[in-house]
Amino acid sequence: MVVEAQTDIIAELRGRFPGVTAQETADGVPTAWAAPAAVRDVLRYLHRDAPRPFRMLYDLTAIDERTRTHRDGQPAGDFSVVYHLLSPERNADVRVKTALDGDAPSLPTITDLCPAADWYEREAWDMFGITFAGHPRPRRLLLPPWWEGHALRKEHPARRTEMGPFPLPDDAHLAYEEQMRFRPEEWGLATEGEDFDYLFLNIGPNHPATHGVLRLAVQLDGQEVVEVIPDIGFHHRGAEKMGERQSWHTYIPYTDRIDYLSGVLNEFPYVLAVEALAGIAVPDRARVIRIMLAELFRVISHLVFFGTFVQDLGMMSPVFYFFTDRERALSIISAITGGRMHPSYFRIGGVALDLPGGWEPMVRDFLAHMRRQLDEYLASVVRNGIYRLRTVGISELTSAQAIAWGASGPVLRATGLAWDLRKQQPYGGYDQFDFEVPVGTRGDTYDRALVHLEEMRQSLRIIEQCADAMPAGPYIAEHPLATPPPKARTLHDIETLIDHFLGVSWGPVIPPGEAMGRVEGAKGMYSYYLVSDSSTMSYRTRIRTPSFAHIQLLPHISRGLMVPDLIAALASLDFVLGEIDR
Amino acid sequence: MPELLRYLLVILGVVLAPLTIAAGLTWGERRLLALFQDRYGPNRVGPAGVLQVLADMIKILTKEDWVPPFADRPVFVLAPAIIIIATYLSFAVIVFAPGIAVAELNIGLLFFLAMSSLSVYSVALAGWASNSKYALLGSLRSIGQMLSYEVFMGLSLMGVVVMAGTFDLGAIVRAQAGLWYIVPQFIGFFIFFIAGLAETRRIPFDLPEAESELVAGFHTEYSGMKFAMFFLGEYVAITLFAAMLTVLFLGGWHGPGSQSTLVALGWFLLKTLALIAVFILIRASLPRLRYDQLMEFGWKVMLPLSLVNLLVTGAVVLWRG
Repeated sequence: MVVEAQTDIIAELRGRFPGVTAQETADGVPTAWAAPAAVRDVLRYLHRDAPRPFRMLYDLTAIDERTRTHRDGQPAGDFSVVYHLLSPERNADVRVKTALDGDAPSLPTITDLCPAADWYEREAWDMFGITFAGHPRPRRLLLPPWWEGHALRKEHPARRTEMGPFPLPDDAHLAYEEQMRFRPEEWGLATEGEDFDYLFLNIGPNHPATHGVLRLAVQLDGQEVVEVIPDIGFHHRGAEKMGERQSWHTYIPYTDRIDYLSGVLNEFPYVLAVEALAGIAVPDRARVIRIMLAELFRVISHLVFFGTFVQDLGMMSPVFYFFTDRERALSIISAITGGRMHPSYFRIGGVALDLPGGWEPMVRDFLAHMRRQLDEYLASVVRNGIYRLRTVGISELTSAQAIAWGASGPVLRATGLAWDLRKQQPYGGYDQFDFEVPVGTRGDTYDRALVHLEEMRQSLRIIEQCADAMPAGPYIAEHPLATPPPKARTLHDIETLIDHFLGVSWGPVIPPGEAMGRVEGAKGMYSYYLVSDSSTMSYRTRIRTPSFAHIQLLPHISRGLMVPDLIAALASLDFVLGEIDR
Repeated sequence: MPELLRYLLVILGVVLAPLTIAAGLTWGERRLLALFQDRYGPNRVGPAGVLQVLADMIKILTKEDWVPPFADRPVFVLAPAIIIIATYLSFAVIVFAPGIAVAELNIGLLFFLAMSSLSVYSVALAGWASNSKYALLGSLRSIGQMLSYEVFMGLSLMGVVVMAGTFDLGAIVRAQAGLWYIVPQFIGFFIFFIAGLAETRRIPFDLPEAESELVAGFHTEYSGMKFAMFFLGEYVAITLFAAMLTVLFLGGWHGPGSQSTLVALGWFLLKTLALIAVFILIRASLPRLRYDQLMEFGWKVMLPLSLVNLLVTGAVVLWRG
């Protein structure tokens, strides 16, 4: 990563806050430890007072440290809370950690400093039982209100078979359902105005416009939206918990199911993180294959976005054209990987298979076809008068707001900020490619959609460059931890055979450490933060997804809109429920 | 006696023909949409899928006809009947070919406008009686939409009335023997066409249903045969508007060639079906307007336009004497 002033910020912090200590991480993100009492001040400094401050709360999560054996001189504690801040101005990240003790750990909230911490703190309470004193709504976020225990604690069972039978008598069922009922007063909402009552509309979790199981409780004054309260968690599958029970290698297919529309773009950050921990250098051919498939999936994901977005505006035909084109792209994916939406193709150290014969004409056909189609979409959809009436000026967002709410991807770029990790912090070989970063101007629904459309064009450029200059050579690294290891050498000596056997049957043992792998996913900045305890499985897998931040920001762009515009604004955020709930 | 028999046959035909066309449309629209959308559409049941109509009928008749316990039962049951009755009655005054009409009223046009105004009750009552928020929002939208679009729908037709000097639909068609009214009354045609889209609640005016926002709008709670009545009601209404456009602007039964009743009926049918295809094409290509934009468009663009059209037509007719 080409990131300026990597260590300066730690030195700066230590100068101001004497108790701060530094930690080495495999991903090179400067990481500081602060005492629980000081963490708020440290964050206030970084987030507000520092020169070129870290305005974006990129992530906030926790680690249950109670069974961890390799801590390399980190402060002792039962739980660690990890704050990850990002500064687009500096193009730098910083991680602040703090150690907490006891069974009921507590920290002061930072929601007053940074409103975006709201959902992240609720999630940390939900999953780890860490309370954030002063949080305005200390409720569960992903798990249902009647859940017992905190699912990401080590003592919480990870498998159904480890739990007792699950009885659901009628009265309990009704009681649970009753707890799910939306009560405006719990959210501080008025039920009546001066001489009228507000209408509370429950959109979802089963509604055509939520494209999954998202629930929005909407307070309406006539047709006008007063407040929106998103309710998430209906799609929660415990992906992070599963990371602690799957070997490093066998977790790859699970990543596909996070953002189920963008296949290998899920595997990419995960394998980057594991490779950073293991110190594996990926051969050139594998790097270019990865980029080519990642960009194909970006096109695939954007096609779904555009089709469904336009459909939510009431245009019924384009979605079929977009899905037909998507099918063409998926046929290339299935020719190369054997899978479609869940290709499970990237491997630790490379990719699963070499490219099949005949891949190049398929890709070139698709490029030529898709370029024509994009022009047609521009003419038939974007230039349509009613389409513009419905999208221009709706749910505007400024760059500053977007950064404060942790928005990224097309949502951020539509505001005019050319923040694309492929350019800003090139990973996996993106610095070798020539492409542009399309941006919008107003940050409205129209710009968000147009940025998606233009990004497809840029992705096609990258795919073309991949096809033009596909390097020869191995498609997976010659490294003992690369999985599955190259087979040929096992036939020569017993040591390699034993390594191969262990690597395949148990899975590789990744050296202890912490690393984040981050990519510019189809929907924004997407990362896996992995903690290895020198085992065949991850000690903690944290998945930071862009849609989570985007849905948290929805209420702030939809107040005062009419119901149809709320639907358009929601669709323009390009969210996937699998990714929000994980 | 033959006169009575002929009359009964006409009535039978007028009852059956729109129903057949509407039922056929449930298949035809899907096939046409599929064509526009680069896919197949229903093509499994019978030749080219035409028996899909029958299959759908069996399905919908055997579905549970559920009335939600929270609904206002009598009104809930009445609402779908109104739409069918109101749109169907309008067919009584349409003159399909010389002498082929159930009732050639001298106020035929006014009767049509009155009936089409009645159908708003169906949507309003359906939404209200459902006692569901989505249905309520849908019916609120539809009342606003249909009331404001009725205003200039009536006005847009006054140009035709001024030119023909009568409300009698048969006389209007006969007045078009030389020149179809679509030429001198193009603005009227255009406005009436748009009003027709709005009255039948089709894209871009399908706000009362707006499936991506309101699930199914006013008929969210309907199922089984009652839903089918709304569904069929929409197609009957499309057929009605296409037939009215044919009568008022496209010269009704007039067409080149033989003047026999059968040929005249053929021309009428052809024009009506072509217009229906245009309705479907529009549905396939446009997004939906927002409520306030729809109202603005109605009151600020269409209403002044139809008034200007009426004024100019009146002035020209007076000037020519």
